[in-house]
Amino acid sequence: MNDIDRRKFLKMAGLGALFGLTGLSMFEVVTKKHIEAAVEKYKILPNTLTAQRWAIVIDLKKLDEKIINDCIRVCHSIHNVPQIAMQKEEIKWIWKETFEHAFYEMEYPYMPEQMKNLPVLVLCNHCDNPACVRVCPTKATFKRKDGIVMMDMHRCIGCRYCMAACPFGARSFNWRDPRPFIKEENSEYPTRMKGVVEKCTLCCERLEIGKPPACVEVSNGAIMYGDLADPNSEIRKILATNYAIRRKPELGTNPCVYYLI
Amino acid sequence: MLEYALKGSKRYWTWVCFLLVLIGIGFIAYLNQFQVGLGITGMSRDVSWGFYIGQFTFLVGVAASAVTVVLPYYFHNWKKYGRIAVIGEFLAIPAVLMCMLFIFVDLGQPMRVMNVLLHPTPNSVMFFDMVVLSGYLILNLLCGWVVLGSERKSAPPPTWIKPFLYIAICWAPSIHIVTAFLYQGLPGRHYWLTAIMAAKFLSSAFASGPALLVLLCMIIRKFTKFDPGKEAIQSLAKTSAYFLIATILFYVFEVFTAFYSSIPGHMAPITYLFSGLEGFTKLVPVMKVCVVLVAIGTIILVTPPLRKWEVTLAIGALATFLGMWLEKGLSLVVGGFIPNPFERVFEYWPTLQEALIALGVWSLGFFILTILYKIATTVKEKAVFDKYGQKQIIE
Repeated sequence: MNDIDRRKFLKMAGLGALFGLTGLSMFEVVTKKHIEAAVEKYKILPNTLTAQRWAIVIDLKKLDEKIINDCIRVCHSIHNVPQIAMQKEEIKWIWKETFEHAFYEMEYPYMPEQMKNLPVLVLCNHCDNPACVRVCPTKATFKRKDGIVMMDMHRCIGCRYCMAACPFGARSFNWRDPRPFIKEENSEYPTRMKGVVEKCTLCCERLEIGKPPACVEVSNGAIMYGDLADPNSEIRKILATNYAIRRKPELGTNPCVYYLI
Repeated sequence: MLEYALKGSKRYWTWVCFLLVLIGIGFIAYLNQFQVGLGITGMSRDVSWGFYIGQFTFLVGVAASAVTVVLPYYFHNWKKYGRIAVIGEFLAIPAVLMCMLFIFVDLGQPMRVMNVLLHPTPNSVMFFDMVVLSGYLILNLLCGWVVLGSERKSAPPPTWIKPFLYIAICWAPSIHIVTAFLYQGLPGRHYWLTAIMAAKFLSSAFASGPALLVLLCMIIRKFTKFDPGKEAIQSLAKTSAYFLIATILFYVFEVFTAFYSSIPGHMAPITYLFSGLEGFTKLVPVMKVCVVLVAIGTIILVTPPLRKWEVTLAIGALATFLGMWLEKGLSLVVGGFIPNPFERVFEYWPTLQEALIALGVWSLGFFILTILYKIATTVKEKAVFDKYGQKQIIE
C-alpha cells in the first residue's frame, strides 16, 4: 500500500514538474507574431537578383593576366579565403589553369603553344546534376532553386566525400584553422573553421543585395552571368550566337559555367 | 561470460598491456590531430582520402568475411566449422568497430558526426554504409554472444536466434557491396568507376578474411587448449585460395579493359600504380611488394602440399592478407585520385602521425578481438567435446 502511494506520488510530481517547467514555455514559444517575424526574415529582399537557373559565361578571348588576377584577388579577399602557400593545403574558390589542363581531353599534339598555355579561370560549375550534392551524407551541400550549389559550413562533418565526387576539383578542405592565413579579414563575410569543405557560392550574398558576382564585376566584361532559363537573358543571347564549351560535359553533371573560345 | 576476460596468464596480460600502450600512443596522436586538424596527415586538396579510408575499406571486407565460415556452417551444416563459427563472428565485431573508428578519425569535424543521423540522406551511399555497418555489428554481437552462451551451458542455441543467424549471413555481403558503391558511383574517378568494383571487393575480402582466420586459428591453437581443428584450417585456406584467384582475375579484367580500349583516363591510374606517371613513382614499390605477396600467397594456397604443411600455410596466409591489405588499404584509394581532375599528379604518402593513429585504431581492434577470443576460448576449453562429439581441446 505504502509502495503504491509512493509510486503515485512520484508520477504526479514528475508530470507536474514536466508541465511546470516546459509546458508553459512550449505554448508561449510559437505565437502568430513569431511566425510572422520568421516569414519576414526569409522574405526575398526587394533588390535581390533572382533567376530560375543561374549560369556563368567566361570569354577566354577577353581574359588576360590582369583580369584573372583581379578576379582571384577580389573573390578570395571578400570571402575570407585563406592564402596558404603550401600546395597540399591550398584553398581556392576561383583560380587559373592552362587550357591544356582545364580542357585536357581537347588537347592534341600539334596544338599551338599559345592555345596550350591559354589561361583559363576555373571555379565551381554549379552543375545542374551535381555529384557532390548526391553524395553528401548530411545535406551540407545542396542545390538551391536558382541552381546555385551551396555549402552549409555549419553542418559539414568534413568527410570529404564531395571532394571525391566532384570531377572538376572545385572543392577545398580546411586542413587546419584557416583564420591565421587570412591577411585582411572582411568582417562582412564569415570565416571558416578547420575541418570543413568550401567552394565558390556564386556570390549568393551579393546577389541577395542586388550586386553581380564579384568576379563578374571586376572582369571587365570577360565574365558574364545570367538566367539560363530565360530565353531573353543576355547570356542566352550570347550562347545562341557564339560557340561555347564546358568542362567534361560527358560526365552528365551538366555544368553551368560556359567558356567562349 | 565477460569475467573470463579478467582471468588470464601472465602472457595474456602482457599482450593486453602492450595493446593498451599502442592504443594510448594512437590516442595522443589523435588528440593532436583533433587540435590541429587533418593537416597533420599526408592528405591534400588533390588526394583528399588516404590511409584512414583505405583501412576502413579493407576492414569492411574483413568484417564481411565472417560469412565464409558462418554460411557453410549454418546453411550447409558443414560440421568442420562448428567449432570456429563464433571465431568468425567475433572477428567481425572488432573489424566493424575499427571501420567506424577509421571513418571517425577521418572526419574534419568529428563532433558533428551525429549530423548523419540528424539529417538522414538516403541518396548518399555513406548514409547507407552507416546503416548496414551498424546493423551488421549488432547482428554479430547478438549471434556470437547467444550461441557462445548456450555453448557454455552445453545447450543447443535457442530457436529464436536462428532468423538472426540467417539475416546476418545475408547481411554480410551487403556491407561490402555498399562500401564498393561508395567508390564506383563517382563520375570522373576512372580507377573506381567500374562495375567490377563490388565483385572485386567481395572476392578480395573473402581471400583476406579467411587468410586472417587461418592465422588466428593457428595462434589460438598455440596459446590455448582449444583446437579449432586441422580440417577447419584447411577449408579456410581453400576458401581463401579460390577467392584470391577470383580477385586476381577481376584485376586482370580491369587491366584488360583499360589497356585494350587504350582510353587514356582509364589507363592513367593503373600506369601510375605499377610504373609511375610523369616521373611520380611513390606507389610503385608498394605495388611491387603487393604483386610479390599475392604471388607467394597464390602459389602456396593452390599447391596442395604447401597448403597442407602448416609452416608454409602460415606464410601463404600472411602473404595473402598483407597483399590484399596493400591493394585495398592504400593503393585503391590513392589510385582513384591520381591524376587529379586537371590531369596533374600530386602524390600521397601517410605521415608518421597518421600511421600512429591508424596503429592505435588497429590496436584497439586487436584489444577487443583478444577479449572476445579469450572469452570464446575459455568457454571452449571448458567443454572437452564439440557438439558433434569430437574432442576439441589439446591436453
